[in-house]
Amino acid sequence: MNKKNWPLSLLFQPFKKSPNPSDSLANQYRHHVGTRMLFLTLLAVSIVVALLYDLSTGPSSLSYVDLIKGVLSPNSLPMSQQVIIWDIRLPYALMAILVGASLGLAGAEMQTALNNPLASPFTLGVGSAATFGASLAIVFDFSDYGINQTYLLPIFAFSLACLTSLIILGVANSLGGSIQSVLLFGIALMFGLNAMVGVIQFIAEEGELQQIVFWTMGSLARADLEKAAIVSLVLLFCFVISLRHSWSMTILRSGEEQAQSMGINVKRLRLTTLIRVSLVTAVALAFVGEIGFIGLVAPHIARMIIGESHRFFIIASTLCGALLLSLASIVSKGFIPGLVLPIGMVTALVGIPFFIALIYQHQKRNPI
Amino acid sequence: MSLELNNIGVAYGTKQILSNITTDTIKPGSLIALLGQNGAGKSTFVKSLAGLIPYQGKACLEGMELAKMHQRERLKNIGYVPQTLPQSNSLLAYEVIKSAASAFPQHNQEKVIEEVFERLNIAHLALYPMHKLSGGQRQMISLAQALVRHPKLYLLDEPTSALDLNWQMQVLNTIREEVKSHNAIALLISHDINLALRYCDQVILLHQGNILSIGTPKNSLTTEHLAQAYKVEARIETCSQGHPIVLVDRPI
Repeated sequence: MNKKNWPLSLLFQPFKKSPNPSDSLANQYRHHVGTRMLFLTLLAVSIVVALLYDLSTGPSSLSYVDLIKGVLSPNSLPMSQQVIIWDIRLPYALMAILVGASLGLAGAEMQTALNNPLASPFTLGVGSAATFGASLAIVFDFSDYGINQTYLLPIFAFSLACLTSLIILGVANSLGGSIQSVLLFGIALMFGLNAMVGVIQFIAEEGELQQIVFWTMGSLARADLEKAAIVSLVLLFCFVISLRHSWSMTILRSGEEQAQSMGINVKRLRLTTLIRVSLVTAVALAFVGEIGFIGLVAPHIARMIIGESHRFFIIASTLCGALLLSLASIVSKGFIPGLVLPIGMVTALVGIPFFIALIYQHQKRNPI
Repeated sequence: MSLELNNIGVAYGTKQILSNITTDTIKPGSLIALLGQNGAGKSTFVKSLAGLIPYQGKACLEGMELAKMHQRERLKNIGYVPQTLPQSNSLLAYEVIKSAASAFPQHNQEKVIEEVFERLNIAHLALYPMHKLSGGQRQMISLAQALVRHPKLYLLDEPTSALDLNWQMQVLNTIREEVKSHNAIALLISHDINLALRYCDQVILLHQGNILSIGTPKNSLTTEHLAQAYKVEARIETCSQGHPIVLVDRPI
């Protein structure tokens, strides 16, 4: 291995070198699993480092010692610093990780379920549906029905996202389950929903319009610990179920007929996966608005590093999503001094060149 | 394990694709070639037995109706190798086989996986991602997915279509060995009639969704049958090693 290119070589060539060709295949495979576990550990450690750095950045300066003291023993700090840590920075930083993880998980599941690397919660209109649902909740006053506004938005976002998934599945079934049809219909639906969001924006009053625009830019500023807890519970629930389905999803990755021949009900698997994706996407976006790109890119990065065996791929994509959004959160605070950019902008502005560089490096090393 | 097929029929909507497929009891250790021109219903037939599409009639493996088998019984007893190749993706070949083996966990699973890789001579490919493998190599992986479970009924839809001559013979030798040593039954679809004749014990010749002839290669393939099924003028001769060979002269 060329030591000059060590980090990238290690990143893209985990499968090339066999530990010892005379070893049994199972032992050689275990070596690969060991490498993957190392990557997963590195990702987890990177997230912790990014979280600490994210907590330490902001307009008011706080040392790491104060930070740790403030988290472990809040009363040891003055009230102003406690508020900064517990009401602003911690929810903000935690939400970045949780939303990123949710989108990473959703993207990985969707790409496998639809057998398309371009699929993401946004490319199929699920994200746009969540935005449409949120816009409806913002513009039309449903508080008379006794639902708290805090929950109204996520409920609407989730319901519309789920409805969109079901429509996509219904159309896919009626067209014989063609993946291309699903993708094309999803894209058409995305444009349609975006147009409807435009109509709502057009009829919205000034304050409502501001809220909708703010939503579409994606921002962590509305985060609080209660919302972070809701996102984390949904993420945990979906993550555990995803792991339970990892065998079926791995088989599905080999091909639909292969999966069917092993007794997997592919239609049901796709349906349950899309419902899970809708749930985790809608709840995550409901509190922070539209954050694109992560759901598309995190699975790609995970695939390059770990491969596609779902018991590793799901974890890696979830961690990659968390790390990416945590880094985006840091950049959003440091991009223009004194100003926190909406994070949705940052993910696209900073992430896309990074992603293109990764693809370029990967293709150079693995020409197909 | 014997297989009995009685009046099997398959319809897509109102269109009847297969009808009245009936055979004598197929004994264990039989390798049977399913022949016929494109669209004769060969793939539909094996897909229906594999449980991918519903069929009418009765298909019983050792008295168990295939359509009524639970998933676990199906995984244990049926190994279907589809015509489509496994996808080109980042899964390692080893993982593809391992996940197939995990469908029905066996004692010494790692050893069984290793044996299959060695039997097919593809151990050197085990730790390559699928997107690095050629079409033929991926087809071997597809076959290995079935072999690793040692099912009692193999349904093989053109398992050698992407392989070169050497690999075709190796694969068919392996399938024959597997069928004989495990008392299994294999239904093998092939467009290479001569290869099928060389390795198979019986031939089922399908024409427009019906059985045109069935029996040993020598008895079931006649120039008339080949003319009707494939629309070719052909001769059936015997090679120096005693195998029947079909020589096609011209299309009719």
